[in-house]
Amino acid sequence: MENKKEWPLWEIFVRSKNGLEHRHFGSLHATDAEMALENARDVYTRRSEGVSIWVVESSNITASNPDHNGELFEPAQDKVYRHPTFYDLPDEVKHM
Amino acid sequence: MNNNFIKYLYGIADNSLILGQRLGELTGHAPSLEVDIALTNISLDLFGQVRSYFQYAAQLSEDDITEDDLAFLRTEREYLNVLLVEQPNTDFAYTIARQFLFDHFHMLLMTEMQKSKDETLVAIAKKSIKEVSYHKRFSSDWIKRLGDGTEESKQRIQKAVNDLWRFTDELFHTTEADEAMIKEGIAVDVKMLKDVYYKNVNEVLETATLEVPELKYFQKGGKEGIHSEHMGFLLNDMQYMQRTYPGMKW
Amino acid sequence: MSEKEVKNLEEIFEAKIARDEKIEPKDWMPEKYRKTHIRQMSQHAHSEIVGMLPEGNWISRAPSLRRKVALLAKVQDEAGHGLYLYSATETLGISRDELYEQLHSGKAKYSSIFNYPTITWADIGAIGWLVDGAAIINQVPLCSTSFGPYARAMVRVCKEESFHQRQGYEIMLTLCNGTEEQKQMAQDALNRWWWPSLMMLGPTDDASTHTEQSMKWKLKRKTNDELRQQFIDQTVPQADILGITVPDEDLKWNEETGHYDFGEINWDEFWQVVKGHGPCNKERLQTRVNAWENGEWVRDAALAYAEKQSERKVKQAI
Repeated sequence: MENKKEWPLWEIFVRSKNGLEHRHFGSLHATDAEMALENARDVYTRRSEGVSIWVVESSNITASNPDHNGELFEPAQDKVYRHPTFYDLPDEVKHM
Repeated sequence: MNNNFIKYLYGIADNSLILGQRLGELTGHAPSLEVDIALTNISLDLFGQVRSYFQYAAQLSEDDITEDDLAFLRTEREYLNVLLVEQPNTDFAYTIARQFLFDHFHMLLMTEMQKSKDETLVAIAKKSIKEVSYHKRFSSDWIKRLGDGTEESKQRIQKAVNDLWRFTDELFHTTEADEAMIKEGIAVDVKMLKDVYYKNVNEVLETATLEVPELKYFQKGGKEGIHSEHMGFLLNDMQYMQRTYPGMKW
Repeated sequence: MSEKEVKNLEEIFEAKIARDEKIEPKDWMPEKYRKTHIRQMSQHAHSEIVGMLPEGNWISRAPSLRRKVALLAKVQDEAGHGLYLYSATETLGISRDELYEQLHSGKAKYSSIFNYPTITWADIGAIGWLVDGAAIINQVPLCSTSFGPYARAMVRVCKEESFHQRQGYEIMLTLCNGTEEQKQMAQDALNRWWWPSLMMLGPTDDASTHTEQSMKWKLKRKTNDELRQQFIDQTVPQADILGITVPDEDLKWNEETGHYDFGEINWDEFWQVVKGHGPCNKERLQTRVNAWENGEWVRDAALAYAEKQSERKVKQAI
């Protein structure tokens, strides 16, 4: 391929009607943020999937390195006291 | 009154029908997948509007007719769309220029139609205006991209705008039926939209670093059913099934 | 990396897939896994895009407004599906332009079925019913394939595709309940699309080179022959309801196996089409190339405009 420039890639996040947070829907190509929003509307909300769209140029995303998954995520595994089931209460106690 | 009303509806509906048909020809052939999807969306919006108008016209008519009879079984002289919308997809510049010149008119028309005395028209206008304002944004953005893009794109879009400009005046003509319906407070008096139309359109063209064409002579005829030579071929395609297999259900 | 280290990584990798965990783009993966996925996913994407053409051929001639909007929406979905799949493929470090280049040069393949012409309106019904039917059988298992972006794209595709087959079958049903001429049109379409649809599910297991590896990576859950049998078993009763005849004299219900026996598939024809000699191979590819080449000045213009705009923003900020 000769040195042809391609439209940059954008990541698309859509918030659906039910009030959940924006969720990653996929990606697409666009020349600027405005076009990315328009394209996202046409590509990812054809069946009224959303009420709000975020677009981020893919090159602006910094992702964690899976090689570091051990140090990043495993130390949380033994911190069971962060979960409600860690605490023993008698069955008679309701609403807790 | 019914006859005039139905003719008035044809005029508005046929614009959406024929432009929708033209855009449908492009599905699968656009410059990028994203643009392909967007153009098809516009086509779908337009056909949705057509169905609302024709279902209403069929209801008003004394004959036992359906939306499809109206869409597919009239003769060329009975289609009342403006010449602009039947112009072919010469290239992407023509497609965008045609869309842009129509969308700005369509937007004004839908805005005014919300004031009609006819409730059904008001309802259709209220629904359509959201679609049309998106179309207008899409086509105006592309006018700017092409106008202020590369040398080649500027040349191409300028040529398309120049060539299609001669069809813009007809948007503001009225037929006898239109006039009768304006008197009833049902139709929009499009003559009144002309100044603001050119003001809006020129503004975008200037932002796009394009020249506003200066023309003395304009084309007309579509609204009276006198079309360009392109129209027959378009109808040939569109009516193919209905003409080849009369009276069947699909 | 030493051979031992690579082997170790491979073991971890295979174990992960065996546990039904997803492989994500930044995870370590064997080069062969990456290449195989680029090939299969882009082939899938190309099939969606080329697949727009035979049906797009009837958009301007659709026989009613209802059929026209349904067909437009369907062909548009295919563009969307192509887009999801190209995007998923791009996570493996190849650009969409490069993938197009492979399609346009003939290096990449797409589904052989789209090289047949759509010559009557009934073909639009037959494609929806048979081709989408076969595609769904192929695609549903991919929703749980091992590569995360592919699996997620397929979930979306399958969700959207459910209306396509129903649309096709409804067209066939209307024709079969119509005039004699319409019913004949439906029968003729079935005659022409039946065998290519069976071929679409791929060569027989003994002629298929990728099956074993693909099974391990969950790119495939069933073999081509199993999928084909499933397709035939579910489609024949649907043809009965339509009242049209599957064009296979050897087709017979087998009580013992609980499946339909069926006749010999003409694999010569299949390989001929795959190698580029089907009725429409040249036209399909040329159409894609034309769309791409004619659009080049448009894509360039949009890029140039965006660059100018961002320069202006920078200047304003200063």
